[in-house]
Formats: sequence, C-alpha cells, structure tokens
Amino acid sequence: MLDKMKALIHWYEEVLSMPHRREVASELRDEDDLFLLLLYSEMIGIPNPVYYYTLELYPYMIEKFHDWHLRMGMEKSPLSGFRCC
Amino acid sequence: MNAIVLALIGMLILALGYRYYSKIVAEKIFRLDPNYVTPAHRYKDDVDFVPTNKFVLWGHHFTSVAGAAPIVGPAIAVYWGWLPAFLWVILGTVFAAGVHDFGTLVLSVRHKGQSVGTLAHRLIGQRAKILFLFIILILVLMVNAVFAWVISNLFIQFPASVLPVFIQIPLAIWIGHAVYKRKQKMLVPSLIALAVMYIAAVFSSEFSFLQIDLVRYMGGENGAGLFGLGAVSTAFFIWIVVLMIYVYIASVLPVWKLLQPRDFINSHQLVVGLGILYIGLLFVNPTITAPATNAVSDVSWFPLLFITIACGAISGFHGLVSSGTSSKQLNKETDARFVGYLGAVGEGVLALISIIAVITFFPNKEAFSASYSSFAAASSGGLGNFVKGASNLAMGLGIPPSISTTIVSIIVVSFAATTLDSSLRLMRYIISELGVEYKIPVLEKKHVATSVAVVSSAALVLLPKGPQGFGSGGYLLWPLFGTANQLLAGISLLLISIWLKRLGRNYMVTIIPMAFVMFMTLWAMFQQVIFEWSWLGTSSNMLLFIFGAIIFVFAVWIMLTAISALSGKYDNKVSSKEED
Repeated sequence: MLDKMKALIHWYEEVLSMPHRREVASELRDEDDLFLLLLYSEMIGIPNPVYYYTLELYPYMIEKFHDWHLRMGMEKSPLSGFRCC
Repeated sequence: MNAIVLALIGMLILALGYRYYSKIVAEKIFRLDPNYVTPAHRYKDDVDFVPTNKFVLWGHHFTSVAGAAPIVGPAIAVYWGWLPAFLWVILGTVFAAGVHDFGTLVLSVRHKGQSVGTLAHRLIGQRAKILFLFIILILVLMVNAVFAWVISNLFIQFPASVLPVFIQIPLAIWIGHAVYKRKQKMLVPSLIALAVMYIAAVFSSEFSFLQIDLVRYMGGENGAGLFGLGAVSTAFFIWIVVLMIYVYIASVLPVWKLLQPRDFINSHQLVVGLGILYIGLLFVNPTITAPATNAVSDVSWFPLLFITIACGAISGFHGLVSSGTSSKQLNKETDARFVGYLGAVGEGVLALISIIAVITFFPNKEAFSASYSSFAAASSGGLGNFVKGASNLAMGLGIPPSISTTIVSIIVVSFAATTLDSSLRLMRYIISELGVEYKIPVLEKKHVATSVAVVSSAALVLLPKGPQGFGSGGYLLWPLFGTANQLLAGISLLLISIWLKRLGRNYMVTIIPMAFVMFMTLWAMFQQVIFEWSWLGTSSNMLLFIFGAIIFVFAVWIMLTAISALSGKYDNKVSSKEED
C-alpha cells in the first residue's frame, strides 16, 4: 500500500515536472552550444586567442560535438579540422 | 433525472469507447507496431526527444490540453438544453476527438515528430502552412482578448479571488528560484503554495477588507469611475491594463522564473477541481433541473452547438499539442492509444462535469430559463453559472458557500490565466515566424513581437465597445473562435485521412468525423458571414464579416486542394516504413 502510494506520488511529480525539466534542459543545451562555439570559434574563422589551450579539450568534447552537428541536421562534421565521424 | 446517473452513463460510454473503439482503430487502422523506433528513441537528445513512461506522458498531455475552454463552451451550450450538449460531448469525444488526438499523435510519430502545420505543408502544399499560421494567429488573438475579459469579469464578480490569485505570482517566483537555482524538487513547495493560496481564499472570503473590489472602492455599480466611464467599466479598464502588463512581463521572462512554476501550481488545481466536483457530486446527489431540450427562437442549435462546444468534444488545439510535444516523447508506438485517445477522454470528463454543474444549479426550469433567456445572456452568464453550480457541488464536501465560490473562481481564473500566458507566448512566436517568412527582421525581436501581441490584444479588448459592455471587445471576434478551432481539427483529420489513403488503409474512421466537423463549421460560417454579419445580414458587422469571409475562403480553398490530394494527385501507395 505504502509502495503504491509512493509510486503514485512519484508519477504525479514526474507529470508535473516534465515541461520544467525540458525547458531547463533546453536552456542548458543552449549554454553548452555557446560554450562550444567559444571554444572552437577559430575553426569557423573567428579569432580565438586561447585556441591553443582549448584545442586540448578536443578529445573530451568529441562526443558532444558529434551530437551537436547531428542535432543541427548535418550528417557529417562540418569542420574539416574537427573530424568525429 | 439524477445527475449521478447522467455522469455514470457518460463515463460508461467514454470507457467503452476507449476499451473497444480505440482498440479497433489502433489495431486495424493505424496498425500500431510495438517494435517501431519512435522519434523519441531515434532522435533522443534528452531535451525535446525523450522516451517517456506512458502514464507520465498521458498526465502531461492531459494537463496541457485541459484549460478553461472545456468549461466555458458546455456552460454556454446548455442553452439548447442539456441533452444535445451531453450527446455532443460524449459522442464527439468517442468518435471525433479521441480519433483526432490519437491520429495526429500517430501521424506525427510516423513523420519524425513533425507538427501538423509542417505536415499540412508536406501533404497539401505550402499555402496550407500559411493558412495554419493565419488561423492560429486569429485564434490566439481572440483567446488573449476574451480571456483577459473573462479574468477581469471574475475579479469584479468575485473580488475575494483577487488576493489568492495575486499571491500566486511571488510564490511561483520563489518556487522557480528554488527549483532552478537550488535544484530542489517541485512537488512539496508547489503544494505549500497551493495551501497558502487556499488559506488566503478562506480569509479573503470571510473578511471583506481583504477583497480587492474596485467597483466598491468607486462607490458601487452606479458610482462614477475615471474618464466618465462609470465604476464597472473603469474596473474592467484597470484589470485589463494590469493583466496586459503582467502577460508582457511573464512572456519575456525565462519560463522557469514564473510560467513553469505557476503552471505547476495550476496543474494541482486541475486535480483538486476535478476531485472536488466529482466527489461533491456523489455527496450532494443533485437532480437535474434544466430542461433536456430547450426550444429557442434566436440562435439555432444546429449547427451552432458543434462550434460552441469545441474543447471537450473536439478541438484543433489538441492536435498542436499531440504533434508538437507528445509525439516527440512517445516511448512505444502502441502507447499512442493510451496517451492520445485517453487524453481526449480526460477532456470529455471535464466538459461533462461542467455541464452537470450548470444544469443542477438552478432550483427549477423557470430559474434556468430566466438566466438563459437568450444566446447573448447564455454567453455572458455561462461561466458565472458554472462557478456558482460548481461551488454548489463543492458544498457537498462541507465547504461553506462563500469559500467554495472563491475557490472555484480561483480555479477558473488560474485556468484562464494559464491559457492567456501560453497563447500570448504562442502569438509572439507566430509574429516572429511571420517576420522570418516575409523578411521583416524587426518582428523577430523578442520585445517587438511581444509588444505587437500585447498591444493588438489590448486594442481588441478596449477599443471597440464589445457586445457585453466595455472591455469585452474580444467577444466581437469570439464567434470565429469555435469555427477557426474546428477548422483546424477538420484539417488535421483530413491530413490523417490522406496519409491513411496513401498507405492503402481504410480511412473512414477519420474522414467521417472530418466531413461532419467541416460541414457543421462551414455551414455555420456561411450562415453567419452572409446572413448575419454582411451588409445584407440581420446584425451587420464589418469586422466579423471581413475576418469571417477570409477564413471561409481559406477553408473552402484548402478543402478543394485536400480533396484533389485525396482523390488522385497523391494516389501513390507507399509502405508505412517509407513514411519516415
């Protein structure tokens, strides 16, 4: 009985927080996109004085970058120096 | 007749519709495939495309589609007697709304989670998308104007509801901050907020100094207001200005700051409201005092009934939710029946209790006839009657009448305010999209688009003297709301039919409700545009005539294009796999 009650409360909370979760996730994603742009702006022709250092993040960012270009509707990586697939 | 019996009959038919009819549609027509990879899995990004448990998705879908409209429409439509309204709500839900909401969900799932507007572009043609934008723009403009009036009217009629409604705003900001910045859970804070609101409702009902009654401050109904408007008109003016400032701010703020937590609190109110009314119904055990059918001479029920009750029987707006959000989160294709069809059933249950609240409120038939003396009287008094009738049912739970009236009016104001918020936001997006479409970049800016939306809505409310007094300018266009909404539903059903035809399936389940809804809508529009609003008509009105005529021409044009799409142009049968 108690378990069922807990499950019901959990369901109720999930229902109500769903749109909020989506909105927050969407804002975080936008922030991530901006961060990605700042890191690798050099690759699209915007001078970036710390490019040498940000390039070191390349191995850690590769999966995120791959997700990003797929989300933007590009089957393959748009940047010649940034190959992920 | 006993109202509990009527509620049980209605629920039994809705349950049978879900159990048997939707099963046939799911298995024989849509042929749902549990192994189909839905867009939620295929394009999973943990933001828009997220596979979601079907119970959670149903709850989300239902709270998104349920608002003030399934309450307002039935409360007006009982003007023709409770039987036609009851039959249209129940049968409309089973055979039209259920299939429509379910169908748009499946159609969208089979087309990468795209919305009906985009699919209209793809299946009918590019102009269909512009028609969609145009209809939605008119719809949201009307919703903004009318709901601003509805809320102002409720604030004037039930001044005890003002304080609790305004308390909700700082509470929502607090919840938004706690959840977003401190990563707290929402449930407990939002329940506390709801409790604070209802405690405020109890106090403001009991102590008149807590009631923000602008009319009383200006010396009562006959008092002199500002600018020679009179007390009631001035009160309308002030409330509408306050509301417009509020929606402007709410619309430009990030949604997590105010709108999301407010919706969160309001979703509890849907649960509380439905609970109070249905449990109250069991305790009060009221008898139906309104007539089953009511012979009237001014406005015929046929075809007007079918556009007066839109949400609650069938609504084009549901297709936007089905294809815009829910389709991107469907875990398995077979869940579509539960989410889409049962979502429509939930809305039908809300419309059913709205009918019952109104038809059990009056002591006898004479009192009903006095209140519903004409269609205009039904339109202006319907919502007030619902509030009083619903508080009558709430009294079954032992809540005193003054408090129950305040709580019901808070629930209705909250629903209306949620609709107002989202429709103003939607209007802003459409204005921006039109800016992109017609290359007017200034319209893409947030504050410009919001200002255009707010100013045009406020102008519609305030400039013309509306049919129900000052501030009800939105009602000038309101007769177009039902038609535009039903037109949207008809087009969505048509899209599903075209898709089913292309797959070589039996499309009678969607084409028959489509033909019914379209016929009623076009007939009602033609009748009103030519015989009422044109210069030849009985109540000539150029504003309604121009807007009505544009929508009518668009509707006929899209019907002809769609029929050609249905009858041959797209007659190449394709397999369901090719659709994605």
